[in-house]
Order: sequence, then structure tokens, then C-alpha cells
Amino acid sequence: MKSFTLFNPKSLGDAVGALAAPTSSVKVLAGGQDLLTEMKEHLVEPDKLVNLKGVPGLDRIEFTAAGACTIGALVTVGALEEHAGVRERLRVLAEAAGSVGSPQIRSVGTVGGNLCQRPRCWYYRSEHAKCLKKGGDECFSFSGQNKYNAILGGGPSYIVHPSDLAPALVALGATVTLKCSTGERQVALERFFTLPGEGDIRRETVLRDDEVLTHVHVPAPAAGMQSTYVKFRERGSYDFALASVALALWRDGARVKEARVVLGGVAPIPWRAKAAEAALAGAAFEAATFARAADGAVQGAEGFGQNDYKIPLTKGLVQRALQSCG
Amino acid sequence: MRQDPNHDEENAERADLSRRLFLRNAGTVAAGSVLAQGLLGACASERASAAAAPAAPAKPDGAPEELAGEFEIVLDVNGEARKVKVEPRTTLLAALRERMEPAMTGTKHVCDRGNCGACTVHVDGKPAYACLLLAADLRGRKIKTIEGLGAPESLSPLQENFCAHDASMCGFCTPGFVMSITACLEKQPNADLATIQKACSGNVCRCGTYPHVFAAALATAKQAKKG
Repeated sequence: MKSFTLFNPKSLGDAVGALAAPTSSVKVLAGGQDLLTEMKEHLVEPDKLVNLKGVPGLDRIEFTAAGACTIGALVTVGALEEHAGVRERLRVLAEAAGSVGSPQIRSVGTVGGNLCQRPRCWYYRSEHAKCLKKGGDECFSFSGQNKYNAILGGGPSYIVHPSDLAPALVALGATVTLKCSTGERQVALERFFTLPGEGDIRRETVLRDDEVLTHVHVPAPAAGMQSTYVKFRERGSYDFALASVALALWRDGARVKEARVVLGGVAPIPWRAKAAEAALAGAAFEAATFARAADGAVQGAEGFGQNDYKIPLTKGLVQRALQSCG
Repeated sequence: MRQDPNHDEENAERADLSRRLFLRNAGTVAAGSVLAQGLLGACASERASAAAAPAAPAKPDGAPEELAGEFEIVLDVNGEARKVKVEPRTTLLAALRERMEPAMTGTKHVCDRGNCGACTVHVDGKPAYACLLLAADLRGRKIKTIEGLGAPESLSPLQENFCAHDASMCGFCTPGFVMSITACLEKQPNADLATIQKACSGNVCRCGTYPHVFAAALATAKQAKKG
């Protein structure tokens, strides 16, 4: 790891102040479970880390009386998984948190860091491959080893977004607070993530270098929500998703009133499967509907060889998620 | 060499360290040395106070702190205040194994990327990968390593069961497994197999001793149940 300066602010103001006019390359450090691996591989080599851990007030989970939830960026994934209120009221989020990494990663890794983590594509992670994400000319996955790459929303880069929390939080309609030295903005999490074709190819989010993600806000779910997170991974012990489904569902007797279906592990962003949601809205809660929703979820999906399996896999996971709400 | 900003200190010191590890294994540990080394780590009697060096100056509350170069910190390791000179980039793993005097080599350096679990320690009672923690960020936290669990003459119940159930082959992953299961059993003393397996999911054993590891953990949980 290259040498760097460790800046330990004790207030959010000092933290964003240190990002305001960077005279050298600066990165924000929270749990470090992704950033330090990137630094060890020389993928990023900041001169300075702004360490958020001494900043008060970012490590709390708070519910309002009405059921809205605010999660500080420094809340660990493990604390989220174990929080009684989250388990009871936001099941999809608790399940997603429990599926992240290993116990060691969950006890240190943070919610903010999980949302801001970089891609796991092995070309990106190899310090020897100068891929599109690192200023090169080519996404090597297209003609190379693409078993783990995107079937939806790809091009010109075919990374998949690795976060488990992101699909769950998008399904819950979450927003995030992004703070800089001159103010703050609220961004719907669904718009926080950017497709490779939409913005800076080197980034996955709209977060600027002078901003810190400080909080995640989950609105109070409408009454009667059922939700679940179904994840399929290659290795049973712990792994990133080959494909995953975050489902939030509201039923009216035997019919579906409304559903939100968000896919993980298959697209460069948490992928809102709107055709699946449309197939579910107002339809009977039964196997034939689940099959139509599954078809809708992979509408437009395209494999390019080794990742073709993700299409039937995703369809199966959508049906499994719906069945589990029966 | 440590002054060179581009120098990867952990990698460069590995060759030196493996010689030290080999000599210690050969010289101080009897039959079953690798297992014993894994289970016990360094002996308490080997410890001495670190050489004095100027500590990072204390800052008034609320003032930011900027750490650069090499500086001395104090870490709470197994209930002892251990002085150690680190840089901002020094991981807890490097601080324990390469910078403390005497070195604490019970925590193993394997992947150095948070994949294998060999460097598992407890921070404030929770399992964490020492290779993915900055030492300077752990001031004021309670760190427990394999050396803090038992002594050669008084193994922890789990360590006893690792011996009884032959739960080590090469032994390099053993300290990490012991730390992960210890954290699990501290939280849930009568944990069942599924809970134990989940607690070990961040630890890899390339020899494949998993069934024996689980048997040792379950035996410890059953003993806790009996009281």
C-alpha cells in the first residue's frame, strides 16, 4: 500500500472541509473493507484518507413513530442485520444485510461503504488490466471471461453492481443524503447509481469527490408490505451475488396490489425490473403470474456467452421470491 | 525501507518474517508444533514493553488530527497497553506481526485481502480481519488475538476441543477459526451447527478440516449447555 496521510476529523464539517479543495488525491474512509483492498491492489492510491469514524452521529438507526427509518452511513452491515426494528419492519433489508460478505466483513463494513463500493469484475480488480473503468479503451469482459458480467444495462462497460443492500434499499424507495462543504442534497437511491453509458464511465454513482454520503432514509412502507431478499451465489459460505432479487409486495386478498422488484448482480446498477412489476400489479397471486413476472424481469436481457446462465437463474429467483411470500 | 512511500511493507517483510516464524516454531514448540503454534500463538512471557518513541500528540476534543509518517500509538491488545510504531498505512495485522516487539505472530498473514480469515481477531468483541483494519484507527478499541484466549498450560475450552477433535491439519487457518468460533460462542454459548457454520463462513481451510472444526465447536457448545 502506498503511504498516505490519515486525517481524523471529529465533525462532519471538518470532514467535508477536507474534501472541498483537494490539493492531492483524497478518499473517504469508513469501514475500509473495500477501499483498503483497492489500495493494496494499487487500483487507487490516495495521498490522504478522510476517516469518518470519529464523526459523531453517523452510526445510528432511527425510526420515526410513523415508521420511517434513517440509517447513518457508519452503521455497520452487521448492526443493520441485527437491528430488531429493521428485522421486523424492513425484512428485505435485514435479509440483504445478512447476506453480505462474512461475519468479519459485516462487523466492520458500513452501510455507506456498501453503497459506494467499487465493482468486483476481475478485470477491474486486476492491477495489470487497464480496462474501460480505469481509463483504458476496452471492457475486456465482452470478449474475455464474462461469467460474472452483466446481462442487463451493460455497455460500454459490463460490470455488475456488487451491493446487496442497494437492491433492497431501492425496493424500499430509499433516498440518500450527500453532503459537501457548501450544502447537501437528497437523491433517490435509484438515481444515485449511474449506468456506464450515462455518466463518467469510471464511476458508478453521482457522488462527487467533494461529497460524503451521510445518511440513508427509508420512507415508512405502506401497510401490509411483505418483502424478501433472495440471493444466489456460487460459493455457499460467502460470496457476491451471481443474481439476486429484492422484492417488496403488497397484496389485496388473492391479488397483488403493487410490487417492487429490484435485481442485484445482473446489471451495472441495482436493476429495477419494471416489466416484472407491471406483470404483478393487479394480477392474481399465483404461479402463472409469477412466471409472467419472471419473464418481465429479464426483458431485454442478453448474455454474451459465459453469463447466459444468469437469465434463467434470475427468472428462477424472481419466482422463488414471490413463492416465499405465499 | 519504511521511509519509501511506494514500499509495500507487508510483502517486503514476509521473507524475513517466515524465517523468524520458522525459527520460533523449531526452537520453542515441541511435537505438533504447527498445531500448538496456531492454538497458542506467542507465549505471554515473551512480551516486553516496546521501545519508547514520541507518541502522537493528544488533540483537544473536536480538533481534527492529521497523522503522517511514522508515529507511536498505544493499542489495547488482550488487555495490555502495547506501544507500537506505525504509519497510517500499517494494518493491525502488520502492527501485530511485524512492528510489535516482541512480535505477536499468532494472528496469521495469508491472503492479506480479507478473503481467507486467517488473520481474524476480535475488536470490541466482534470478529474482524486484521488485514483490513488500520492500526492507527484502533486506538481506544479492545483488541483480542489468539494469544489472549489461552496459555500453553491453560487452553480455552474451544482450544482443548480443537486438540481433542484433531481439528487442524497444516494449522495455518486454525487461529482464525478459533477466533471466529470464540466470538460466536461468547454471544451464543450453546450455538447449534448452523450457527457455528455461519460464524465460520469467513474462514477458509484449504486442508478441508471443516467437519473436525465443527465437531470441536459443537463439543464446546454442548459443554456450555451442561454448565
